[in-house]
Amino acid sequence: MSFDNAYESLLGHEDAHWAFGTGFSEALSGVNREFPTGVDRDALAAYCLMVGDDALILSQRLSEWCSRAPELEEDIALANIALDLLGQARMLLTRAGEVLGRDEDALAYLRDEREFRNVHLAEIDCGPGPGGDFATTIARLLVFSSWRLALFSCLRGSADPVLAAVAEKGLKELAYHRDHAAQWTVRLGDGTDESHRRMQAGLERVWPFVDELFARHRVEAALTGVAVDPASLRSEVDGVLDAVLSAAGLTRPADRRAARVAGMAGRDGVHTEAMGFLLAEMQHLHRSLPGAVW
Amino acid sequence: MADDLELRFERTVQAESRIEPRDWMPDGYRKTLIRQIAQHAHSEIIGMQPEGNWISRAPSLRRKAILLAKVQDEAGHGLYLYSATETLGADREDLTTKLIEGRQKYSSIFNYPTLTFADVGVIGWLVDGAAICNQVPLCRTSYGPYARAMIRICKEESFHQRQGYELLMTMMRGTQQQRDMVQDSVNRWWWPALMMFGPPDAESTNTEQSMAWRIKRDTNDELRQKFVNMSVPQAEALGVAFPDPELKWNEERGQYDFGSPDWDEFWQVVKGGGVCNEQRIAHRRKAHEDGAWVREAAAAHAAKQAVKEGAA
Repeated sequence: MSFDNAYESLLGHEDAHWAFGTGFSEALSGVNREFPTGVDRDALAAYCLMVGDDALILSQRLSEWCSRAPELEEDIALANIALDLLGQARMLLTRAGEVLGRDEDALAYLRDEREFRNVHLAEIDCGPGPGGDFATTIARLLVFSSWRLALFSCLRGSADPVLAAVAEKGLKELAYHRDHAAQWTVRLGDGTDESHRRMQAGLERVWPFVDELFARHRVEAALTGVAVDPASLRSEVDGVLDAVLSAAGLTRPADRRAARVAGMAGRDGVHTEAMGFLLAEMQHLHRSLPGAVW
Repeated sequence: MADDLELRFERTVQAESRIEPRDWMPDGYRKTLIRQIAQHAHSEIIGMQPEGNWISRAPSLRRKAILLAKVQDEAGHGLYLYSATETLGADREDLTTKLIEGRQKYSSIFNYPTLTFADVGVIGWLVDGAAICNQVPLCRTSYGPYARAMIRICKEESFHQRQGYELLMTMMRGTQQQRDMVQDSVNRWWWPALMMFGPPDAESTNTEQSMAWRIKRDTNDELRQKFVNMSVPQAEALGVAFPDPELKWNEERGQYDFGSPDWDEFWQVVKGGGVCNEQRIAHRRKAHEDGAWVREAAAAHAAKQAVKEGAA
């Protein structure tokens, strides 16, 4: 019997071969982490949480598809997108944590709902399950990735070197996410009567949450040169969405804006009812074992 | 003529050379391979569920990324293996139908529930470890596409296994509650992991022919013994005990003696009576059926595009 077996070599092997052994820090190795002078650090931390939470929460939603996708190739693709967004979230929460004196896990697992700064579009339940279906998931991904790609494209010029580096790295990922969503939008819009109906319904479901993406928050206003004014992205994103919908034979939904709550929305930490359940599931184990190491 | 072909096949196999898709092969060889590779593919796909169960609750972002990537790899393994069956004339859709109708099996280990996050680590260590012991010899199996798929799969499995073991090492350095969680998980998974090598040789029906065809290289009991021998020092390094009072070093044999798994439980789970058998199949069936309209739409769109391109 031969012993050319990886199981056997589990003990006493050098750490260098362990996947993920060094976390994600290499992704941004060599990037200057000093804070640019004259920048309001609390605002910078709040902004990193906004952009990081968008990715973290949508990643959590997309990973719900794991083992439930319409085909194996799509299981792999959605997991890939969820992993990319999780990677972006980790770098951004870490950057926020450098100001706040907390690590990525403290920020992800120990903040309460009112402290999360993501847009509602990231948190709503678009399926699998009663909250939606594959078409609704694709509609959300199309809008989200078109918007985030435009945002990252501008963020590359941020005065914060970490934000600029995260944006540079994320750009290719987001271009793939948008392309993936656009291709499915066209396939479903064009495919069968049922897929067309579902794709149109998916767009109608997510459209009320589009407006929030372009509303400038006071944190963004306080970070000239560091943050991007989301209102400036609107025409570019609209152009992309119109082109995809037209190629898919779908109709752009009428502009319906979800009302704010006493003037507040996701960026202010005011969420939809879905958010509490999402966080309960995501955070419960971490919170159940205080002091544990993972 | 047929005799010549058969002789050439036998010689190729005896010489440890590879049979390739276009080579002549006996029907029994083809059928056995399709069944074995499909079962392996189904195991990868069903195996996404017990671990996928913890993605949404993973207790750190690093562990969430590792777990999501691992479950994604399993989908990839399922894909390569279904592709290998297609080189033998099988069809993925047909195999999926057989899986969800219960006409083809998958590894029975996935009918056990994952109850704590330690199970993610123990599955990586013991279940992936047992799978590697079963699969490494398959990298030299006689059918070329299967052997090549297995080389790639074994490399990735060994990463998963290290990640699992590293999670357990980390948990054992944590709080007492975490150490208890690891030991509890080992208690639940040790015997099912030993069962992964299949029934004792005396009761195994497929072994002899598969060994002659070089589809299988070691017997169930040989692999099980080897797995125990390797696992004991790893458990010691970790600081956990296996739940087997008969487990002890036998100086004379130069191997560990160990107790016998509960084969009644094994057969009960294999025959559908495990905690999760119905749930796993129902989950797979629902995903497949819920996705039918998407696959139909993709096919309809592709057909329309082909007509357009033809007209252009």
